[in-house]
Amino acid sequence: MNVSVQSNPHTLAKGDTLLAVENVSLAFGGVKAITDVSFDIKKGEIRAIIGPNGAGKTSMLNVINGFYHPQQGRITFKGETRQKMRPYVAASQGIARTFQNVALFKGMSTLDNIMAGRTLKMKTGLFWQLWRHGPAMREEVEHRHVVEEIIDFLEIQAIRKTPVGKLPYGLQKRVELGRALAMEPDLLLLDEPMAGMNLEEKEDMSRFIIDVNTQYGTTIALIEHDMGVVMDLSDRVVVLEYGRKIADGTPAAVKSDQKVIDAYLGVPH
Amino acid sequence: MEAAQALREDTFPKLLARNARVRGDRPAIRHKDLGIWQTWTWAEVYANVRALAAGYRALGLERGDTIAIVGANRPKLYWSMMAAQMLGAIPVPVYADAVADEMAYVLEHAQVKLAAVQDQEQVDKILSITDRLHYLKYIVYDWGRGLRDYDHTQLKAMGELIEQGRKALQDNSVSAALDASMAEGKGSDTSVILYTSGTTGRSKGVMLSAERCINAATDSVKFDRLNDHDEVLAYLPLAWVGDHYMNYAQGLVAGYCMSCPESPDTVQQDLREIGPTFYFAPPRVFESLLTRVMIRMEDAGALKRKMFHYFIGIAKEYGEKILNGESVPLSGRLLYGLGNIIVYAPLKNVLGFSRMRVGYTAGEAIGPELFSFYRSLGLNLKQLYGQTEAFLYVTVQPDGQIRADTVGPLAPNVEVKISPEGEVLFKSPGMFLGYFRDDERTTETLTPDGFIKTGDAGFFEPQSGHLKIIDRAKDVGKLANGDLFPPKYVENKLKFYPNIKEAVAFGDTRDAVTCFINIDITAVGNWAERNNVVYASYQELANHPLVYDMIATHVNQVNRSLAQEPMMAGAQIKRFLILHKELDADDGELTRTQKVRRGFIAERYAPLIDALYNGSQEADISTEVTFEDGRKGTISARVKIRDCDIVPASARSKAA
Repeated sequence: MNVSVQSNPHTLAKGDTLLAVENVSLAFGGVKAITDVSFDIKKGEIRAIIGPNGAGKTSMLNVINGFYHPQQGRITFKGETRQKMRPYVAASQGIARTFQNVALFKGMSTLDNIMAGRTLKMKTGLFWQLWRHGPAMREEVEHRHVVEEIIDFLEIQAIRKTPVGKLPYGLQKRVELGRALAMEPDLLLLDEPMAGMNLEEKEDMSRFIIDVNTQYGTTIALIEHDMGVVMDLSDRVVVLEYGRKIADGTPAAVKSDQKVIDAYLGVPH
Repeated sequence: MEAAQALREDTFPKLLARNARVRGDRPAIRHKDLGIWQTWTWAEVYANVRALAAGYRALGLERGDTIAIVGANRPKLYWSMMAAQMLGAIPVPVYADAVADEMAYVLEHAQVKLAAVQDQEQVDKILSITDRLHYLKYIVYDWGRGLRDYDHTQLKAMGELIEQGRKALQDNSVSAALDASMAEGKGSDTSVILYTSGTTGRSKGVMLSAERCINAATDSVKFDRLNDHDEVLAYLPLAWVGDHYMNYAQGLVAGYCMSCPESPDTVQQDLREIGPTFYFAPPRVFESLLTRVMIRMEDAGALKRKMFHYFIGIAKEYGEKILNGESVPLSGRLLYGLGNIIVYAPLKNVLGFSRMRVGYTAGEAIGPELFSFYRSLGLNLKQLYGQTEAFLYVTVQPDGQIRADTVGPLAPNVEVKISPEGEVLFKSPGMFLGYFRDDERTTETLTPDGFIKTGDAGFFEPQSGHLKIIDRAKDVGKLANGDLFPPKYVENKLKFYPNIKEAVAFGDTRDAVTCFINIDITAVGNWAERNNVVYASYQELANHPLVYDMIATHVNQVNRSLAQEPMMAGAQIKRFLILHKELDADDGELTRTQKVRRGFIAERYAPLIDALYNGSQEADISTEVTFEDGRKGTISARVKIRDCDIVPASARSKAA
């Protein structure tokens, strides 16, 4: 792995291109999931990816974090261009994500789940980790401090020791966000962070997303179906339909784009 | 020497300075932050408060100004109160969950110049109403999450203010000015303004003076022998007199440590970790705790469950007697000791009550069963009666005189008299100076000879000298012959019997008291099973002659107990009936919080009330009911009426 050569994110200023997707195409056999899509994500912005069902949004996220390998096209992250990358490498380079269906360790506590997000940051070797002594213990204390700050930030102190399987869905989503934050990512990918939530939970989650963005300066790319949320939160929106990009711009511009309206409402044939 | 010093410390900042001097390295305040309890000693608190006061001074806070305190129990908000008082300014704590409109009223009425708030939520709330706040200059926040990009010309971070203040204090002239301002503070100055939550009309700002607050707190600290080794968990709302009294005032007077919970949701866990020695909660908190314990016991294994119920039985039999120091057979003591090892002590530990020395409950009537459950575990739970205008205590139960049905004898140095109308009037060491900017209502509340009207009707029990609160004064009626008729008092007596779920008493302007009764289907059903009473429906069970007999014995017992109280003797129940259906909020008979809607019921069941008063033995009634699924139907029934024994006044001593 090439963690050592990773460029320092702080050399990128707010507004510089953090991630560029160029002419990416992805197919599963004969099914074309993504066709020739290009867009960029600028450092410090909240970028929304929207589109009707099956438009290729989740596939796009999977391409960005290296879970799928596109047949064509290039992805440039922090100035480094690549075509293939494994999720592990993507994670160590600073891309974290949450999933459409919550993917937590159900039997583990909130604390342990978020702690799991620190795995890539652990430096002590297996030997010390096994004994949980000396350097390993010191390191764990440091990591725990970071995790506690996230718990404080997300206001989930009361469920610190609760197994996440017992938590209501809205809180599980919050814990998952916490785990992604624990990686201290440069780019945070959120796949439908508000699916299945009630209005109050959506408001809370929106607040947390904005606060992550302003407080930590984390760049965020999110997929979301609730248009109200997308329009309120995001700086720029890219719209996909049948694997193709049909619009890209500010929420106001996208909202009035005829192609977008047609894609969502359908066109008379 | 202690006494001479106590005389000198007539304001809270002076008490703080004393504590920093006398017990500088004892813990003063704790807060769980990032999962770890952080502790500040009295010396550290004093230093931080001085720095914060210097910060507030730099923002222009001066003697006589008011500063709003909005948020949960957090150290910096308490320090803000002390810092304001150090400058001679007056803190005005506001309920954190108040909606913007309520907050606008309080902040504007109190003319606050500064608002010290917890977080973004409160900042946003205040920013949304700034056009209505003509005096507000700055908002100071404790927790900065989400506030980074806000315009910071009128917004300041409390942490930065403390740092700036600390630097400023290195200049001797600033430090001296602060000391002078603290020394200038007099005990007769207004120390705090507490806005009472307005259930009727706009809330009123109760002004309390420093020396009166300190006098009241000194009395109660002595009363319960509190000292600087006690611990409390500060979880009650800052704006409520209970928090200002139990945590702030008593804490500064006795020098004990208060712990601030990590968040409002973690109070139960924090309670367990801190194990306070002094604890206050309203009855419903104790009730929900008990319910939770019982539900969890039902889920436990058979052996554990049996053991639990057996030893709770033992506790019921002997626990309270042991606590009260009465004589208990040796076998009882041994069994109780064993129960303590295997059940009571672990249970108290789970609830966070292991170290509780004194516990109080107040606010509403507590059921005797509930009250004695906690006392039987060996918890010294007591009742008090108080008011914001009194700076809390009016009456309080001393150790050894604990009862569920009274609020105790007078608290130290309190004077109480009962008005001819039966209203409780008091004078207390902590009594208020008046309502802030509301002379009209101040005059309304005070009697010409300087007593405060509570609005509660009550009386003293002659034998014990304990005060009993009957009802809100405006709900208390009179019978045709002039005898007192307190409906809630009579109903509560009935409802303490498990078989009676609800009771509605009538009698205002009538010649006798009568009553509707709802049986409790679980309790009475259980009784029916044990007594081989067969029934097919609620209606049939409610109409069963044996059930009537059983309820009649309860009513007669209530009458006997009423007869023992000279003032209540006239309110004995002459006739009663058992309703054929349960009173239900869906039918509008109860409020959503399960309080009976007396007027509505009287209208709906008018034929039954007529029957209660015209001497008939039965009455027909037909009422519309709403089923769970929203369909409507009618229930008609023939309801029996039973006469009860009225205990004559002459038989009072015999009955007792």
